[in-house]
Amino acid sequence: MMQEIYITSDKLDSKACTDEVTYPGAGGIVVFVGTVRNQTNGKTVKHLEFESYEPMAIKEMQKIAYHAKERWGLHKIVIHHRVGLVPITEEAVVIACSSAHRKEAFAACEYAIDTLKESVPIWKKEIFEDGEVWVSAHP
Amino acid sequence: MKIAITAFGIAKDILQQKQIELNCDDGASVSEIRSRLIQDFPDFDKLASLRFAVNTEYVGDDYQLNANDEVVLIPPVSGG
Repeated sequence: MMQEIYITSDKLDSKACTDEVTYPGAGGIVVFVGTVRNQTNGKTVKHLEFESYEPMAIKEMQKIAYHAKERWGLHKIVIHHRVGLVPITEEAVVIACSSAHRKEAFAACEYAIDTLKESVPIWKKEIFEDGEVWVSAHP
Repeated sequence: MKIAITAFGIAKDILQQKQIELNCDDGASVSEIRSRLIQDFPDFDKLASLRFAVNTEYVGDDYQLNANDEVVLIPPVSGG
């Protein structure tokens, strides 16, 4: 069985995450896949590099999963994040939520990605042709 | 007392190392340590935020550090 919360330097598998949350009582599965975009403000991005403070990142992701299940009555949620070098078009994060009805799955999935971006200690560096930048570091 | 502070992301670049040790008074608060870091490494003041985690949980400015705490600098996060 797949881990609910997972940080890995290997490729993510959004299809496997979707399968993991599938169950007979599900009326809706919402999957968010964050992929690596090839440009930022018109500048060409070569790839991204992610770093995590893993023990705390796992804990914060567990809190998100717990809260999402409690608040929206989700049946299942899976949150996977990749670290290390992630090439353009590849998956950096996958969040899959399943519930009896679609509304709850949509709301929980949006909550999960929004909260992950605010609280989970993972950092993204954009690598350009002529340099690199830690994303969101400066106001 | 001596505390070890571990840094990630841009905080590691600013310190130019993964970990530093600071001598401070017993029970020094997070805000005192932050002020010292900003004094010694002014680039910290340019960040959008600089949070502290102790033993894998976020702590507030008035948290008093202990010698055995695992102290980590959390610059603005940008996962996802």
